[in-house]
Amino acid sequence: MVMKITLGGVSKPHSSKTMKTGDWGTEYPVVDEEKCTACKTCEYLCPDACIVVVEKEDGKKVAVPDYDYCKGCGVCFSVCPAGAIKMELKEIYKLEVC
Amino acid sequence: MINILVEVRFHGRGGQGVVTAADILAVAGFKDGYHTLSFPTFGAEKRGTPVASFLRLSDKPIVSRDEIYYPDYVVVMDPTVIGPVKVEAGLKPEGKLIANYPKGSEDLKRAMGVDFEVLTINATKMAMEHLGRPITNTAMVGAFVGATNVIKLESLVETINEWFTSKELAEKNLKLVEEAYNYMREVCGW
Amino acid sequence: MKKVVRGFYSIAYSVKLCRPDVIAAYPITPQTEIVENLAKMYADGELGNCEYVTAESEFGAASILVGASATGARTFTATCSQGLILMSEVLINAAGMRLPIVLVNTNRALSAPLSIWNDHQDSMILRDAGLMQIYVETNQEAHDMVPVAFKVAENPKVMLPFMINMDGYKLTHAYEPIDLLDQEVVDSFLPPYDPPVYMTTKNPLTFGCYAPPNYYAEFRVVLQNAMERAEKELEKAYKEWAEITGRDWGGHVVTEGVEDAELIAIAMGSLTGMVRNVVSELRNQGKKVGLLKIRTFRPFPAKEIKEILKDVEKILVFERAVSFGYEGPVGMEVKSACFGLTPEFYSFAVGLGGRDVPGEEVMKIINEVYDGKVKQGFHFGTVKPFEEVVV
Ligand code: SF4
Ligand code: SF4
Repeated sequence: MVMKITLGGVSKPHSSKTMKTGDWGTEYPVVDEEKCTACKTCEYLCPDACIVVVEKEDGKKVAVPDYDYCKGCGVCFSVCPAGAIKMELKEIYKLEVC
Repeated sequence: MINILVEVRFHGRGGQGVVTAADILAVAGFKDGYHTLSFPTFGAEKRGTPVASFLRLSDKPIVSRDEIYYPDYVVVMDPTVIGPVKVEAGLKPEGKLIANYPKGSEDLKRAMGVDFEVLTINATKMAMEHLGRPITNTAMVGAFVGATNVIKLESLVETINEWFTSKELAEKNLKLVEEAYNYMREVCGW
Repeated sequence: MKKVVRGFYSIAYSVKLCRPDVIAAYPITPQTEIVENLAKMYADGELGNCEYVTAESEFGAASILVGASATGARTFTATCSQGLILMSEVLINAAGMRLPIVLVNTNRALSAPLSIWNDHQDSMILRDAGLMQIYVETNQEAHDMVPVAFKVAENPKVMLPFMINMDGYKLTHAYEPIDLLDQEVVDSFLPPYDPPVYMTTKNPLTFGCYAPPNYYAEFRVVLQNAMERAEKELEKAYKEWAEITGRDWGGHVVTEGVEDAELIAIAMGSLTGMVRNVVSELRNQGKKVGLLKIRTFRPFPAKEIKEILKDVEKILVFERAVSFGYEGPVGMEVKSACFGLTPEFYSFAVGLGGRDVPGEEVMKIINEVYDGKVKQGFHFGTVKPFEEVVV
């Protein structure tokens, strides 16, 4: 198929919902639910609005990252006052060293 | 077409209306059917520094936009720029220097050491009488028109009337223009 | 109606007649009075529904216009020198986004040293930006070219920003009779802007999205194609303008006495009138000299220029800028257009930083080149003797 170039390359924007950016990062945040106090600091400061404090079935509130969009920047990790978040390397980047 | 090209250079100090003088005559000349062009020297626009402006009148479209190096007339608004500025530079031998200078033309000729036609008028005094302020540009355009016959007095009067939005100011300036014009007619013996 | 007005006003008045939707500007000498005049018209309610935005910088002004133009607004700004350079990042984007912003650049030198006076160094730096560029000789031409600029910029075959270059001070500050256009004339020439694409809050679009290596080149080809089409569309607009107004400024180039000329002098902008005068004086003396005035600089009318210069012995370019490390930019373009021809080539950078170029200097340069008294290549015009201290 021949590529079509619209005027100025103007296009329908990918809404941020359809544009999944979760595979961009090399690391991902893991929340320690025991330590999390649901203070929402990470929620406020995540640049992609993808870590949100939710109420679990048992009534406990904890921060939950959305890995479909998380770019692994580590902001949540550095701001968490409870030290409840750690960043882990994605499996695909764990190269075997011979 | 008689191939007229009249080039005039105005000297004075920033804030004295040197640019406006050239502009007023550009409009008046246009009313007489000339192609006209006026423009300032493009310096830092500070009050009190010597400035110059230029006027070309022609019966053909004006294409030259360089400064005027060989003027037919030089008009000096402020006696104190004579000396610090070589106002007579390049003035054509048959040209005229028209100056606001209280001590008379003989004195000025001696002071400048030149022998072309020098015409003087005490424009500051006239301006003080009519306007109460030492703004000499309207007096000097009146003097220019009186001394040169290049532009019609009626065209200048019409221009002055349009120029000032305040009727009172227009009338005061008109009186000043006419006095300066008549004075120059007398000096020139016209 | 002919009226004695200042250069600024001739532009502002013409912009008003083009019914702009958004004007955004930041002041810079010698442009300021253009937008001051427009601001006054806006305040006096003469600009209809136009939005007038005072920006915080030239970068801001251009950015506001990019946004406005993307919504389908007819947009205008004016700037020069450092302001144009500050705008350049945005203007280059506007070209890529194909937004028909019209701007007037009141040509002024670049710093350092700081100079507020006229030459062409500012616009020359935007040579490769994807903006159409024309240079005008008089305020009447500037006044007339504003509707032409909008018409061609907004032509669906073109859709590119358009920069009218007029010499700062020499034109902007000159006070002279201008035949001011009538609204009906401009309306009959310039239809309302009908944007091929535009965004609204209900229909959001992405302008200037990113293109990885497998897409980018094609977009640049398309930009080049648009410039090529612009050459024809601009020519058409020039013609149409002449028909409607009776004022024929010529096409991309204008010539005088080139048919039998041994030397052709090339000039752009307000200096052209002077060069024309000198050339006709020299012709009266029996010297075979001609004039080539370049009006359109981008798209560059290379074929036309080559055709005009094909039999001439000597080419002399009056430059108003320098590409440091090489030579004057107009000469570079002219030489490249003349590839395959073998005339002698001379260029002189004159009037840098607003130094007045007297008729005598133009006369001297043309005579010296004509009489074979100067070396071929690039020269600076009149320069005072100085000693350069190199440590
Ligand atoms: S790593 Fe960055 S993007 Fe991912 S959840 Fe934490 S703050 Fe948000
Ligand atoms: S900042 Fe830490 S403690 Fe606060 S909600 Fe986020 S993960 Fe929980």
